[in-house]
Amino acid sequence: MNDIQTLHAMLYSGDVSSEELTRFYISEIEKSNPVLNSFVYTDFGNALESAKRADKRIKEGKGSMLTGIPFALKDNICTEGVPTTCCSKILSGFRPCYDATAYSKLKAEGAVLLGKTNMDEFAMGSASETSVYGAPLNPVDLSRVAGGSSGGSAAAVRAGLAPYALGSDTGGSVRQPASFCGVVGFKPSYGAVSRYGLIAYGSSLDQIGTLTLTVKDAAFVFDAVRGADGMDMTSSDIEKTPLSGEVGGLRIAVVKEFFEGLGADIKKAVLSAIEEYEKAGAQVGEVSLPSLGDVLPVYYIIACAEASSNLGRYDGIRYGYRAENYSSVDEMIIKTRTEGFGKEVQKRIMLGTYVLSSGYYDAYYKKARILRERVKEEFKKLFGTFDVIMAPTVPQTAFPLGFTERNPIDMYLSDVCTVPANIAGLPAVSVPCGEDAEGLPVGLQIIGDRFKDYPTLSAAHFADLSGITRRKNSVGGGVK
Amino acid sequence: MKYELVSGFETHVELATSTKIFCGCTTAFGGAPNTHCCPVCTGQPGALPVLNKKVVDFAVRAGLALHCKINTVTHLDRKNYCYPDLPKAYQISQYDKPLCEGGYVELPGGKKIGITRIHIEEDAGKLVHERGFTFIDYNRGGVPLIEIVSEPDISSPTEAREYVEQLRQIMRYIGVSDCKMQEGSMRCDVNVSVRPEGSTALGTRTEIKNMNSLNFIERAMEYEFARQVDVLKDGGEIEQATLRFDEKTGETYVMRTKEDAQDYRYFPEPDIFDIIIPDEVVAREKEALPELPLEKTTRYINVLGISPSVAALITKHRKVADYFEKAVKAGAAASRAANFIVGVVYSTLSTEEEKDELSIKVSPEELAELVRLTESGAVNVTVAQSALSKMLASGLPLSEYIAAEDMKGVDDGELERICAEAVKNNPRAVADFKAGKEKAISALYGYVKRATQGKADIKKADAVIKRLI
Repeated sequence: MNDIQTLHAMLYSGDVSSEELTRFYISEIEKSNPVLNSFVYTDFGNALESAKRADKRIKEGKGSMLTGIPFALKDNICTEGVPTTCCSKILSGFRPCYDATAYSKLKAEGAVLLGKTNMDEFAMGSASETSVYGAPLNPVDLSRVAGGSSGGSAAAVRAGLAPYALGSDTGGSVRQPASFCGVVGFKPSYGAVSRYGLIAYGSSLDQIGTLTLTVKDAAFVFDAVRGADGMDMTSSDIEKTPLSGEVGGLRIAVVKEFFEGLGADIKKAVLSAIEEYEKAGAQVGEVSLPSLGDVLPVYYIIACAEASSNLGRYDGIRYGYRAENYSSVDEMIIKTRTEGFGKEVQKRIMLGTYVLSSGYYDAYYKKARILRERVKEEFKKLFGTFDVIMAPTVPQTAFPLGFTERNPIDMYLSDVCTVPANIAGLPAVSVPCGEDAEGLPVGLQIIGDRFKDYPTLSAAHFADLSGITRRKNSVGGGVK
Repeated sequence: MKYELVSGFETHVELATSTKIFCGCTTAFGGAPNTHCCPVCTGQPGALPVLNKKVVDFAVRAGLALHCKINTVTHLDRKNYCYPDLPKAYQISQYDKPLCEGGYVELPGGKKIGITRIHIEEDAGKLVHERGFTFIDYNRGGVPLIEIVSEPDISSPTEAREYVEQLRQIMRYIGVSDCKMQEGSMRCDVNVSVRPEGSTALGTRTEIKNMNSLNFIERAMEYEFARQVDVLKDGGEIEQATLRFDEKTGETYVMRTKEDAQDYRYFPEPDIFDIIIPDEVVAREKEALPELPLEKTTRYINVLGISPSVAALITKHRKVADYFEKAVKAGAAASRAANFIVGVVYSTLSTEEEKDELSIKVSPEELAELVRLTESGAVNVTVAQSALSKMLASGLPLSEYIAAEDMKGVDDGELERICAEAVKNNPRAVADFKAGKEKAISALYGYVKRATQGKADIKKADAVIKRLI
């Protein structure tokens, strides 16, 4: 498996053409996807056409870093004319009439779309098991889930079915599957990447992120997709700084609340990774963020409230699935939504509707917003004296298949380390930092201050440079 | 017991921006169904709203014109409800922090109707029922609206009419809306309650939805007032309800009662951050605010000496008022110019819309010239009026219709001769005049006018006659 930088060098030296590279990934997908279920839609004809165009561009010397390199998109990112279903029955057959901004930017770079990847229905879940297409499997251990909701994207990158993929992260949906599959998952600051064309789940939390083999790759993809967009009022430009990987003097906060209720292997892997940073000259300080005790209810109230509103539009009238046999518009809408949405989605719509309804709004939604501000303030204060926070990405390693359906509460609780970055809009990256006793990947999460995306990636880059990301289980190696 | 009417209005006014509130689609009325649409205004999955700044500017202007306080830090909210004409299943509107609060509209008699709030929001699409099917046209979806909510200060259908007329005039004057009720760019929800005369408590109200004609508003209010009074006189209670007015029967019907009132689950729109209106924008809009119709009318009456009824007819239409003021600026005597406009120009414009448009073929400068000639006595009123009519019809210049002899009137020798004739042929009037009946002289004026076919300058004739007598 090769990272973007290597593939780019190969394409530009003429060692390989984009068409050959694309054919290689196509054959990998054909070989492995029937088992892994990472991709839910592929269009290889189109991919080869884009590859040929990319080859021409490279020959003319007009290419850039991502030109000619194949990639995958999570199924909730709109692609004009190409099915985009959020892995939900209610959007079956839906082909958007426009491209998401992030996708059109990659297209403009001459990147080659292989297909759309599996995910939890409407990104609601932590194992991609709520997908209408069935769960993607974890390439590290086929009896386990790839994580969620961007499980298909993480699994595809880990299995070498795509050199990189875009995902989306509302409460950890890029970082958690990255951690489970042993790849790099980067969730930028809220607003750093345009959400235009990302099908909304929790609008104030959603952010497009990257799944890659290395931190540098995350930066390359981030470079290409980020930036203020006239189609998204919440988007903005951020300052770009170099990825030195230099950690001398880096001020690392270890927040004690992030280390409560952890598996012993995970605690060990994460703390030993932090020790590596310390050895290289970073300063580590332990702090407490009491408001983190509130983040899960705050997250679920806000995400579900926004989701209940965002998902109101799926009524069977304009696009997607429509129920049969109805005698009125109301009945058509009710039947369509009952049949079209899965259980988890229905649960969150109902929860969100409840917390917004009159008489309950103050007790739930309003209170959650107040607490959200408190979390933001605590982080702001912390970043006055620290550069980054280091924590586990998930308190567990990859769940066995079927675990989340039997243990929904455990699934919700497992988001505890990832949701704070969404609540506060902070950049956060998960990098592999070792394995547990069963050989399952553990993720180290590095959280930075708002819009300090590049310094955060630079801190994470050290994990690649120092070998932390390759401890025990390696994701390196050459093209097979 | 005698009852009185208590009414408040919620008025939706479509703003005359060229593009929609959250996307770049045109707001033009009509157009083939679903051709003024894009991913944003049809609520496609993943699409996001981008606020049109012009909408905020227009709403600020409307607020200032209605003497409101402007909330310079505000936000949008989602109003969630499910209906096929609303493609996102929520309307982006404002809930707890409207753009403008606490103003008033002054009626011609001086009474002030309080304005509670003005907020911005998006319009919904339109359902079209045809051939047993229901079609949806989203062209109107996303057209910007302001909702103007009044206090329950309106106490008769006549006041309601005046209120809506004032509101319409003001909105047109400041250029934020064309307020065409028949095209739906101005629509009213009318709240009606009754109470015993002299009481200050408010009764239970009903709301008549979506009225788009002044006549229907008056009729609906009259009907609803009488209905509520009947219910109370029979010992019954008014049920809070949303009503529909049937234009054919002239009666109101219940659409829904309080029990099935919707819970809109308002919450702040996460896709758009807080709206912060810079002080410069408020200052600029305040600066740009034109003189409003009622102020204009007062000034015309008090400063320009125009009769109240004529002044009101002129100020009713901004373009007419502008035209009139240009003519005055070009040297026309105000009163004469106003009379020419109301008497002659208006007779060629049959509808209110035509008056609004005022696309006529005579320039204010030409009108001023005509007025000047009339005032100086070079042309008499009858000739001037008929010339103006002809100019309005043909678009040809003044010189085509006022011939040299008209301009000259009657030469001095001829005038002397005719005046002498008048004195000779009206001995009775001359005697009366000499005896102190000043009015008797008008008989001599009449003689001169007839003899010269109206061309003579009566002021000059007066001097000649008085000398001869």
